Amino acid sequence: MELVEAIILAVLAASTPLLIAATGELVAERSGVLNLGVEGMMIVGAACGFAGAWLTGSILIGALLGILAGTLMSLVFALMALGLAVNQVATGLALTILGVGLSGLIGAGFVGERITPAVHLAIPGLTNVPLIGRVLFGENGFVYFSIALIVAVWWFLYRTRAGLILRACGDNHVSAHALGYPVLRIRTFAVMFGGACAGLAGAYLPLAYTPFFIPGMTAGRGWIALALVVFSSWRPGRLVVGAYLFGAVTILQLHAQGWGVGIPSQFMSALPYLATVIVLVLLSRARTGGSTAPAALGTVFVPDR
Amino acid sequence: MQLVLEKRAERSDTIALVSPLIAIGLTIVTMVILFAILGKNPLLALHAYFIAPLTDGYSLQEIAVKATPLVMIAIGLSLCYLANAWNIGAEGQFLIGAVAGSWIAVKTQGTDAGAWVLPAMLGLAAASGALYALIPAICKVKFGASEILTSLMLVYVADLFLDYLVRGPWRDPHGFNFPTTAEFDPVATVPLLIEGGRLHLGSIIALLVVAAAAILLGRTIKGFEIRVVGAAPRAARFGGFNANQLIILTFAVSGALAGLAGIIEVAGPVGHLQPGISPGYGFTAIIVAFLGRLNPLGILIAGLFLALTFIGGEQAQIAMKIPLDVTKVFQGILLFYVLACDSLILYRFRLEFPNRQVARGAG
Repeated sequence: MELVEAIILAVLAASTPLLIAATGELVAERSGVLNLGVEGMMIVGAACGFAGAWLTGSILIGALLGILAGTLMSLVFALMALGLAVNQVATGLALTILGVGLSGLIGAGFVGERITPAVHLAIPGLTNVPLIGRVLFGENGFVYFSIALIVAVWWFLYRTRAGLILRACGDNHVSAHALGYPVLRIRTFAVMFGGACAGLAGAYLPLAYTPFFIPGMTAGRGWIALALVVFSSWRPGRLVVGAYLFGAVTILQLHAQGWGVGIPSQFMSALPYLATVIVLVLLSRARTGGSTAPAALGTVFVPDR
Repeated sequence: MQLVLEKRAERSDTIALVSPLIAIGLTIVTMVILFAILGKNPLLALHAYFIAPLTDGYSLQEIAVKATPLVMIAIGLSLCYLANAWNIGAEGQFLIGAVAGSWIAVKTQGTDAGAWVLPAMLGLAAASGALYALIPAICKVKFGASEILTSLMLVYVADLFLDYLVRGPWRDPHGFNFPTTAEFDPVATVPLLIEGGRLHLGSIIALLVVAAAAILLGRTIKGFEIRVVGAAPRAARFGGFNANQLIILTFAVSGALAGLAGIIEVAGPVGHLQPGISPGYGFTAIIVAFLGRLNPLGILIAGLFLALTFIGGEQAQIAMKIPLDVTKVFQGILLFYVLACDSLILYRFRLEFPNRQVARGAG
């Protein structure tokens, strides 16, 4: 029982940054923008988030600073890919390269420092219920927020007019433009939302997952979040399933290392990355009937006047 | 008043020529600001970055040594990008090439194996790099899986595999538990061009690769196909060019070149296999490819320039305590400016005054 609860808690903790980052990217991609810079925005969010929390002693300020950093990074992307109509793949790569450098620069002074990580909820009585108590009532704020966020995004995309317009931009920007919708402005907001989420997801790592900052601590999570969006077929519901499945793979390999399975630890560590490749192949294969991706995803749009 | 982007009637050749220079200029201006923020004298910092490495023979050789893997990888990547195939996992192919070539070096260690060792290492490294690059290419062609994500995921896998080998089966028993293989035998080492210097045979190979790519792109049908498939996919289909076949081909070639660069780095300047053999060559090569306008000669120049930033970064760290990460920031900003300036080849800005006349008429 104790072990099951521990594993569920660990899976939730490992999945949360993936879920937050992928939620943001899902919105950006539904508007038609492929931002490959998630990893870069996350790592800058991690560095700024830790710096904020360490300097002020407040996890909340750290998280807000992470969000701000991610949003600023995404604005650079928007300026390039939307304002200057630059190839989105190349711009996203540039954002990641820049982000890795910037985070090293920002975080250099904080390596080796520790903070008190985000507190976990504690409701007397409820949190102590065996098995589900800590899972449901003993998480930190990030975990609850990530779930609220994906529900809100689902509601926004499928139950509001603004969400419909955003999806229209992603499926056919020429028509959306002809109908008078400001395609580039809508996409800018979607990209900024993606950046804010990536920044928060990055900040989660040093603020709640490990109480310290190390360079490169995102370790490819931004890329896995991108793969998750593909995995989800651009649907919020499946995104939740995917994020928790990937979190489970991560935890499985960590536990397997602990149990002393006779497989070298590096092979186990490679598991989440290999799983990503395999899942991408299987899914793309199952989908030969027609792509579920937003039709205008990754294409350049320059409005004619 | 509003600044709007509009498509040019035809591409601007003037801007195509000067855009990399504008990009470098803008990057340097940005770096001056960054140095000032870091509290360093910008002029001294720029001198340490861009002038000092050019003033002594040792640094000049070191620039060529660093440019060697960058140019080789970037040439391969440029073929992919021209064909609109996004290989961003060159770092992984580099590492796998290094591992595969090292296998021969490790297995022949201390035996009286002859002069065949080094050529065999180079060949195996190129073949392994190509095979490793074929994984994302085949996943793309057969199953439609995004080659961007799969090729990148395989970088982490390659990194962990190398880590396993040098901490496990290949660790030097006399290496005080450091994660490294023993120093390679002389027959398994890339020969130096100047005795006692740094410059090695790999730089010559890189030059040959540049020449071969220039011939491929400029003088052969295959090169023409690659360019057409990327620039005008519809026209290429009508022309009967097989885009999938070109994805496979360009990935294989770029993987082979990255693998070759990997073993040359290990059997050359490094001398043994260990983690951290690459300061991100595979990713920096992406910048080199774009800065060089996906053109072989351009890539050669761009590779030397980015190698200069690596060496300059090291010197600036030693002389002025400027963090090494500044080099990465510099490279990232440079790529942004390159892409932005490239946009002006196809587009131009126009100032629009949407409401002025209306307002006048009403007044």
